[in-house]
Parts: sequence; structure tokens; C-alpha cells
Amino acid sequence: MTEPRPDPVPPPGAVRTAAPLFAVDGVEVRFGGLVALDDVSLAVAPGSVHGVIGPNGAGKTTLFNVCCGFVRPDAGTLSWHGEPVRDLRPHKLAGTGIARTLQGVGLFRGLTVTENVMIGADRHRRAGFGSALLALRRSDRDERALRDRALAALDELGAAHYADRLPGSLPYPVQKRVALARALVAEPEMLLLDEPASGLGEDEMAELGALIRTLTARMAVVLVEHHMDLVMSVCDRITVLDFGKVVADGPPDEVRDDPAVVDAYLGEEAVQ
Amino acid sequence: MAAPANSPTRSDAAETVEDATGPGRFGRLRRWLPKSVLGRHALLALVGLVVLVLVLEATPPFANSQFATMSYYAIAAAGLTVLTGLNGQISLGHGALMAVGAYTTGLLLTPDGLPLVVVMVIAAVVTALVGVVVGAAASRLHGPYLAGATLAFAIAVPGLAIYFHDFLGGEQGMQITAPRPPAWFSDAVYFLSANETSGVKFLAYVGWVTALLVLLLLANLCSSRVGRVWRAVRDDEVAAELAGIKLGRVRVLAFTVSAACAGLAGAVLGVVVRLAAPSGFTIVLSIGLLTAVVVGGLGSLTGALLGSALLVFLPPAITDVGTSIGLDDVQAAQLAPLVYGAVLVLVMLLAPSGAVGIAKRLVPGFGRGRGLRGRSSRDHHSTRRS
Repeated sequence: MTEPRPDPVPPPGAVRTAAPLFAVDGVEVRFGGLVALDDVSLAVAPGSVHGVIGPNGAGKTTLFNVCCGFVRPDAGTLSWHGEPVRDLRPHKLAGTGIARTLQGVGLFRGLTVTENVMIGADRHRRAGFGSALLALRRSDRDERALRDRALAALDELGAAHYADRLPGSLPYPVQKRVALARALVAEPEMLLLDEPASGLGEDEMAELGALIRTLTARMAVVLVEHHMDLVMSVCDRITVLDFGKVVADGPPDEVRDDPAVVDAYLGEEAVQ
Repeated sequence: MAAPANSPTRSDAAETVEDATGPGRFGRLRRWLPKSVLGRHALLALVGLVVLVLVLEATPPFANSQFATMSYYAIAAAGLTVLTGLNGQISLGHGALMAVGAYTTGLLLTPDGLPLVVVMVIAAVVTALVGVVVGAAASRLHGPYLAGATLAFAIAVPGLAIYFHDFLGGEQGMQITAPRPPAWFSDAVYFLSANETSGVKFLAYVGWVTALLVLLLLANLCSSRVGRVWRAVRDDEVAAELAGIKLGRVRVLAFTVSAACAGLAGAVLGVVVRLAAPSGFTIVLSIGLLTAVVVGGLGSLTGALLGSALLVFLPPAITDVGTSIGLDDVQAAQLAPLVYGAVLVLVMLLAPSGAVGIAKRLVPGFGRGRGLRGRSSRDHHSTRRS
């Protein structure tokens, strides 16, 4: 099952003892009477790939939305570099060093591929409104710098060829790559991937898996995904949610054999 | 919606091919243009200025006054097209913002008081401040709710002029003293064309120089990061927010810029019409502006110019047609609003991207390569190819 990985996998113990980059502690989210997340905790080690899996409606996306500030938890804390994060807002995320891809592709359809990625690089901007209004050199230089960053990111994902196209005209897998480039160009310390493999074929998925492993040199990756093959092969650690609760947490091999997981998730798949 | 979204892409592909085989007609032209954004836009503005002088000196006073009228429509429409086309906020309140500019001008412009330029700048700033307030409220609203809120604003503002009738002149409005052309200006015009400078011609110059300046600045914004962020917020709020963009702030900024344009337009309107009266800023004005930007092509400054030309030159043309087919004067005059509405509906149905959209489809390469856009990505490709 375990495919050869570009990076040596740190032993499970090492991941556990390393100070977490990002931690969710005892988070609870209620929508009216419905408990979406109940005492959920997870810790993401720097440079690791952390998978979040679970059956439909288990609360995976809600957990992501908590991590992004779209949903305020009713209880529990988030911490970043060991510091508690209060008042997390989506627009502060990029500045903090967290990037997220969306479940759909969420590309700006009126912007070219390059411009889409340049928006992702927006946190690196230097020029302000005044220099844009007067088209000062500063603004030109800034634009060129952002464009170079964007093209480099597209190049890395093999999408530079589509730089001047509009996203709507591209095949879905290419759109996903552009969306990923838009997240990567921000140079985050942690990348949240919401179902990155949906709509991809076998080959593309393998490519994605290899890419995610190469990213660990630069950032931690948190992954919500349905494709078990991908999750099992790329993740260093997996948190399994079921009905808003953590039912298992550990390295892939451990999680796979956990009866609670088999019951909650794999069992359901096997029945299907 | 799919067809117009796809068509520019196809021309993109065509252009890439063209680049590989050698520079085409537009490519060769582009090489002569200045490299910097400011250089290119300033060159266009300069060309505009030359055209302006030629047109105003060659046309009779009546046409001069029509051009003066067109200038303030153009300024306001340019501001509105940026707001609606680029940032996706609809505004039915731009007529009211123009009123703010016009009344500010009326209050400040006295024969021996502040110079006209200063008054116009103040009018723009005051309207921009009003724009901040309206924009802050508007930034939380979408689609029909935003239209409703700005509509309420459009209806309320002329009412204020009637309520404070001692101060703002009430129903009759406020007389505005038209500025006289300064001596150096008359001399310059006489030197250029041996024409005498009429008051109307001077106002047309004032209006159009302002319009060119506004277009220059807006074009700078559109091709910069600011314009890109505006479009991103229009297209996908969640993704924009995740990229670190503060949605509210971006929306308020767009509204403020647009309001400043409307304020300037109002100031020009004030001195051209020599009157600021509630009847001049009805909802019809706001809707007229929106019509202009939609018919011209949403989000395009060229489109805003075309649309404002339509606002000024279409009604008399239609009235003429009406009289020539035997309608009496009243009937002929009523023909214009009808054709207007019909044109708007047809454009929405057949060519949602407006006149500029049609031009883009007919002439490949039209309106492209103005910004930094095409150019540097092309440079990038060529460096990698070699």
C-alpha cells in the first residue's frame, strides 16, 4: 500500500513530539441543535501531511471552515506556532501564512490564469493605491514582481502554458492546478487542501500525491479527501471524524486497522 | 453566458499563434508604444487631446454645447462602469452623487472666489466622502438590495435641496455663475485656429480635459493591482477573501473612486448648465448613466465613452427621424425614450458585453495589450523560448 515517497517519512513518534505548527483544541460547533463538531482536537506538525477523513457529514468541511475563520467555534481554541489565535478571519489567513483551496475550484472567471494566481500573490504586494492611480514606476515594478511570482508558480505546476487563458475554457484538472498554484504562490506555512483529488483521474491523482509530498519541504499540508488511496499514501498522520467526533488519530497504518475507523468509514465503503 | 466568456479566450489563442510566427498587425503597432503603463495611457490621452482640439475647433457652437454635455456624461459613466463592470456593484444613485458635486460647485463658485479647478477638486472630494458613507452601507448589500438602497439615495438627495430651500435654492435650483475663459486660454485658441473663444467652447474644453484626466487615472487603476482586486472580488468573494483581500474595504474604495468621478461630473454639469436644480438629478439621470455603461460595454472605459455619446446624440437623431416620417413634434420627442428602452433590452438580450464586446468579436486584438497584461507574459514566453 505505501508507495515510495520522495521524502523519508519521519517516525510516528517524532511527529507526535514535535511542537505543532497549528493545533485545534477541543473545538465544538453547533448549528442550532445539531452538533457539527464535538470536542475535536488535532495537531499539525511542521512539514507534515495531515489527513482529515470521515464519511459524508462527519464535519470535515466544518472543521476546515473553523480553521479558516468562516465558522466561529462555540468552544475550544486554535493555536498557531503555539500562540492562541483569537479572532481568526478569512482575510487574515493569507497574512498569517495559511492558504486554502476550495472544494470547487473557486477561480475568478473574469481574470486570466496569470491574474488569478497574481491575486494569490497579493500578500507580497508593495505598491499602494496612490502609485496605482498615477501609474508610478513603483506600481509597474510591483506588477512585474507579482507576475513573475505567478508565472513561476504556474510553471511549477505545469500550467504556464495556459497563462493567458480564462479559467472557464480550461479542462477541470487544469483548473484545479491553477487553483493550487494560486494557493502556493502565497508561500504559506500551512496549506489546507479541500478535496484536491475530486474530479481527477488515476494518473493525475498519483501526480498530485507526489506533488503534495514535495511540498512538505516548504510547508505543512492538511488534506480533506475522500480517496483513501491518496490519503493513505501521502499522509503522515490521519484524523478520522465521525458524527463530529474524532474516532481515531494516528499514522496511516494504525488508523487503517482501527476498528472504530473500519466501522465508521471503511465499513461503509465496503458495504457500498 | 458561456459564449461571451469564451470568445476572448479564442482570440487569446489566436494571438499566441500569431506571436510564434512573427508579430502581426497589432504586435508591430504595439512595439512602438511606450513600455510603461503611464507612458501608454498618457500617449492615448494626448491623442485624445489633439482629437478634442480638432473637433471643437471644427464644429459650430451648438455641437460644442453637445460635446460639453457629453463630457460630464462621459466622466460619470466612466466612474460607474468601473464600479459596476469591474467591482460588480450596481448603483442607481449616481445621479444623486452628481447632484452633490453640482451643488458643491454652486455653493463655492463665485465670480471672485476660488478658481474653477480648486472648486472642482473640492466637489470631487466632498462627493467622494459621501461615497465613503454610501459605499460603506452598500458594501454589505448585493444585487437587487444594493440597487434598492442606491435608488433610495437617488430619490432622497434631490429632496434635500427642496427641504433646505433657503440654502440650496429649492425647486428653482441654484444659479451657477459660468466661469469666463481666461485670457491666456482665448489667446491660445486664437493662436491655434484663429477662432474666437465662446463661453460654450471654453466649457467644452474644461469638461473634456477633465474627462481625459479622469479616463487616464481610471485606466491606470484598471490595469493595476487595484483593478485586478476589484474584478476578483466581483467574481468570487470567498476565494478573494482567502487571498487576504478585505472585501468591505475593496468595495468601499471602488465606490469612493466612482463617487469622486460622479462628483467631478456634477461639477462640470453645474458650470455647463449654469444651474443646479433637483429636476436635473432625477432617477432618470441615474438610469440613463447605467444604460450608457451597459450599452457601451460594462467595465470598459471605451464603452463608457460610446455610451455617453449615445446619451447625447441619439435622442435628437431619433427625434429628427420621427419628424421626417411625419410625426408631430410631441410624438417625435416621445420616440426617443422608446428607442432608448428598446436598445437597452436588445443589448441585454443579444450582446450582453455591449458595443465594445461586439467590436472585440469583430476585430481580433481590439482593446487588448493596453495594460501590462499581454505584454510581459509575452516577454516571459519569448525569453523562455530563446
